[in-house]
Amino acid sequence: MNTEIIGVIVMFLATVLLAIPLGRYMSKVYEGQKTWLDPVLAPIDKLFFKAGGIHPEKEMNWKQHLLALLTINFVWALFSMFVLMNMGWLPLNPDGNPSMSADLAFNTTISFISNTNIQHYSGETAVSYLGQLVLMLFQFISAAAGIAACIVVFIAMKERTTEKLGNFYNYFIKTCTRVLLPLSVVVAVILLFNGMPMTFKGKDHFISVQGDTVQVSRGPVAAMIAIKQLGTNGGGFFGANSAQPMENPNYFTNMVENVSIILIPITLVFTLGNMLKRKRLSWVIFGVMTVGFLIYVIPSIYLEMKGNPSIGHLGISQPLGNMEGKEVRFGPAASAYWGITTTVTSNGSVNSMHDSFTPVTGMFTMLGMMVNNFYGGVGVGFLNFYIYIIIAVFISGLMVGRTPELLGKKIEAKEMKIATIVALLHTFLILSFTALAAHLFANNPTAYAAWLNNPGSHGFSEMLYEYSSASANNGSEFAGLSANTPFWNITDGLVMLLSRYLPIIGPLAIAGILAKKKFVPESAGTLKTDTGTFGIMVFAVIAIIAALSFFPALTLGPIAEFFASK
Amino acid sequence: MKRNRDNKLFEPALVKEALQQSFIKLDPRMMVHNPVMFTVEIGTVVMMAVCIWIITGNKSQGSLAYNLIVFIVLLFTLLFANFAEAIAEARGKAQADSLRKTREDTPAKKVFPVGEIFVDEIKVVPSSQLRKGDIFICETGDIIPMDGEIIEGIATIDESAITGESAPVIRESGGDKSSVTGGTKVLSDKIKVRVTTDPGESFLDKMIALVEGASRQKTPNEIALTILLAGFTLIFVIVCVTLKPFGDYANTPITIAAFISLFVCLIPTTIGGLLSAIGIAGMDRALRANVITKSGKAVETAGDLDTLLLDKTGTITIGNRKATHFWPANGIDEKAFIEACSLASIADETPEGKSIVELAGINPNTFSSNGARFIEFTAETRSSGIDLSNGLKIRKGAYDAIRHIVDKAGNRIPVETTERVKIISNNGGTPLVVSQNEKAVGVIELQDIIKPGISERFIRLRKMGVKTVMVTGDNPLTAKFIADKAGVDDFIAEAKPEDKMNYIKKEQQGGKLVAMMGDGTNDAPALAQADVGVAMNSGTQAAKEAGNMVDLDNDPTKLIEIVEIGKQLLMTRGTLTTFSIANDVAKYFAIVPALFIVSIPALQALNIMHLHSPESAILSAVIFNAIIIPLLIPLALRGVAYRPIGASALLRRNLLIYGFGGILLPFIGIKLIDLIVSAWF
Repeated sequence: MNTEIIGVIVMFLATVLLAIPLGRYMSKVYEGQKTWLDPVLAPIDKLFFKAGGIHPEKEMNWKQHLLALLTINFVWALFSMFVLMNMGWLPLNPDGNPSMSADLAFNTTISFISNTNIQHYSGETAVSYLGQLVLMLFQFISAAAGIAACIVVFIAMKERTTEKLGNFYNYFIKTCTRVLLPLSVVVAVILLFNGMPMTFKGKDHFISVQGDTVQVSRGPVAAMIAIKQLGTNGGGFFGANSAQPMENPNYFTNMVENVSIILIPITLVFTLGNMLKRKRLSWVIFGVMTVGFLIYVIPSIYLEMKGNPSIGHLGISQPLGNMEGKEVRFGPAASAYWGITTTVTSNGSVNSMHDSFTPVTGMFTMLGMMVNNFYGGVGVGFLNFYIYIIIAVFISGLMVGRTPELLGKKIEAKEMKIATIVALLHTFLILSFTALAAHLFANNPTAYAAWLNNPGSHGFSEMLYEYSSASANNGSEFAGLSANTPFWNITDGLVMLLSRYLPIIGPLAIAGILAKKKFVPESAGTLKTDTGTFGIMVFAVIAIIAALSFFPALTLGPIAEFFASK
Repeated sequence: MKRNRDNKLFEPALVKEALQQSFIKLDPRMMVHNPVMFTVEIGTVVMMAVCIWIITGNKSQGSLAYNLIVFIVLLFTLLFANFAEAIAEARGKAQADSLRKTREDTPAKKVFPVGEIFVDEIKVVPSSQLRKGDIFICETGDIIPMDGEIIEGIATIDESAITGESAPVIRESGGDKSSVTGGTKVLSDKIKVRVTTDPGESFLDKMIALVEGASRQKTPNEIALTILLAGFTLIFVIVCVTLKPFGDYANTPITIAAFISLFVCLIPTTIGGLLSAIGIAGMDRALRANVITKSGKAVETAGDLDTLLLDKTGTITIGNRKATHFWPANGIDEKAFIEACSLASIADETPEGKSIVELAGINPNTFSSNGARFIEFTAETRSSGIDLSNGLKIRKGAYDAIRHIVDKAGNRIPVETTERVKIISNNGGTPLVVSQNEKAVGVIELQDIIKPGISERFIRLRKMGVKTVMVTGDNPLTAKFIADKAGVDDFIAEAKPEDKMNYIKKEQQGGKLVAMMGDGTNDAPALAQADVGVAMNSGTQAAKEAGNMVDLDNDPTKLIEIVEIGKQLLMTRGTLTTFSIANDVAKYFAIVPALFIVSIPALQALNIMHLHSPESAILSAVIFNAIIIPLLIPLALRGVAYRPIGASALLRRNLLIYGFGGILLPFIGIKLIDLIVSAWF
């Protein structure tokens, strides 16, 4: 078999094999059981609890959880605004980069607290090391907030009838200290030893063969890249993200980073099984997600390795496959695999240019963000999936002649209302904002000509991709779009904000309401959720809703392009 | 009068009424309650405006004929949906009307406590003048004018008008059989009855109001589904509205007709149009089973039941015990023993006594019982029998009673007889010991006879996940035996009325939904506590008030039918929702290429059905969307058949038929319609 393909398979298997024990470890962390890291990390936890005046044993209901989550986000957002707008004179700025303007700082702050990491700047020239460290902090905070919210939903699914769902700050801090921090240290050290910079010294330089002096940006890169990938953040240190050799030096680091991208999203599914003592359920969910993931990955790798049909029509052979916009050290298979993993998980870091994928691969990257729960972002991926479970349970409950129940809790009008709103929101944000952009462009193509590098279907894909990315809190871009204009900055920011918090609030509310309800024991008439049949049902619901929502838009973008280039 | 219980779906008279209603229901004030169909109505109005626009000279929207057809098809989509609801209502109403006819104005002999001349004067008034609390009397041959409770007297009553059962029943004051129903006929004796409901407020009136929609409220589950459907509708609003700028960007003008067709095809009109019909049909099916439901919710809850409390007598066993075996003591001739048993029972009018004579198979007239004296059963002696003229005294009775007689005479009961008594008791039977002249001669075995077919029904219930509990006054040993034999999951022995209540509460605390059936006043609290309480029509007013269903047939096995009706109701909704959404896949493949093919010819590849032209593709899709509604009306009214094969298997089955089938069928349907439509477009 082709070594490129073997490389991809190894990456996926390694991820799953790591995720299973990690899932067990995480469930122990959140259930307060002993773990082997306790002696080192318990004192750190205590320090934070003491400093923050947190009583980890004080349990909260779902509304209090929500308040805690929003408070954390709001306070840190203010802090970030301050640093980004004043970093010019603040310490740790050896390259003398300027402070950000208010609007760019605002955009960047929202982008980072929402776990999106859309970057309308280039790290090398626009952010000081202090700024990078603050952004790195956000990569911990936004990831931990998402995971903590997810854990609250797990607890709510587990409990029989209760309002008390643990302490949010406890989950939040433990996510940072017990999960993200140790994993980041391991990954950062591996990256470090493979040549990634980790320094607070300013730019280095060398004299090239031609005799020019070349300035090379560097900084505390390895630390940031580890959490960038593990926390499905994706915001890179350098403008070119993980395609830049400093941010992704070789094939091995590429594998490590790529495994890190989907590790925690998959792990959380197993954590669910361990916490609920329902391993079958987590395998069913993992199965559904994996089937969706493979449906994207397999044709994408095939098409990228096959090459670009438009170049083929010119009679040029492409022995390496479609190499436009890709790094030679990764090749088409690993680039396509990265492209899909980074879009399905709301990570958004890139090791190749998605704009240059063949049309169908481009469509799959968009679909990954449109569905946004085949693994999904850390924590929030499962929360999105949970909404579809609710809808699937509802429809299939009716189909077997019983008021729908999820794990012994009846699903009624109120839960359906919330689930419907959340499911609608994503479609609404992507389609309506793309429509707004398309409307502006169509009515005055000359005024907005600078937006799109490509006309026609591909230009449409660029706009559709941008809002899919913002709404999925992904952060990657179809590079053909010139997004650094007031219109895109403002609309992107709006979309990111709305699409971050409502999809967390919704599932949290549903889970909280369900947890309070009377527990109904299972009987032979109850539809079990941990069966293949139910898995098929959930998959069908996700697939149909995504297809119905986005088919016309995708037809005008990648599908039209695909048939035209055939 | 025989009520029409057959299941013919479209009776001409009902269809005519439903057709009228279909137009009346176009009133937007009525349509707005159904968000899905209301948006279709808006689309229809827009299409009408487009047609007028074209007549006044617009050229951008295509030909008038094409737009007119789209308008007409949309109008029919609305009419079909209205018709579905109207026919369901008409059927329910017809069913209820036939019940109501039984209580048309009849003369009532009303008692005036202070009359014009006498106290307690009796005057004949029309039944419509009777009010709650009034008292009337009924004598042989009278039709009972109103629902009421007997306060004095006893009568045999012909209830065939309500139940269809021709055997007369006995109703008397006090006790649990004191209720009489308006429209039934007194066959003998005279009763004094107090009216229990005002006109227009009887259960039947409430039921009719429910069916007619005046007081029909959406059930919680229906509300949740409506929300989901509204959500889907909103998604398609977004999809269709955003398609306009997308089309502008791609330099593709999209006509209004195409927009509206796409929208109407995508929104779940199939389930949206049939939703209320399904709900009404559920209540109607209950009514056909002769069960009056007080709310639609009760039917829905019935589908969720976890536990059924069933009375042993009448439900699990046939009314009374029957003699099944004669066991003579050693040294007693079997023939002589049987003859003795038979003799002892000739005068015994109890069902047990009759069954002994029946089992013995000797014609009682062959006995020379001249000069014989029959000894009746008394609570004191707890035995009965006969003293023949030749001096022979035969007694039969409970083991203790006969032993008392035998012991007193200085005799002893044979060991094998005592053994037999034990064996019979252990097997859930009742032993009757027989003595001749104070000597025990053998035992008659009486057994409860389990209704044929009832075990199969319990197996079916178990597969549905419903637990059955037998309630009986028997001792635990007998109860256990019968419970095992009949296949119920649990039993309450030596049950007192409060035991039922406690059991229900215990089950409910475990999160279960419980149903029970009852008739007595002492059942009322338990009936009220149960999630589904079915009162027998013959029961007391209190019981009927407490329950949320009334069974006109007084048939205790009715609970089982009610569970299936409830499940069918939910399943019909679920499967048609799935079908409706699955249909959209094919509609997309018909309409989306049609919209863009002119400006992006490469999209011809998406036209996998090879539809003739953009116009024919759009027309085929809307026509399919419209005609699928009337095609599914029979399914909506009859309900999807429930099969107790386990939830997962059932989901697989329905997913295959209505999900996969729902994807496939419209591809075929739209292609076929296109073949016809392409002759013109």
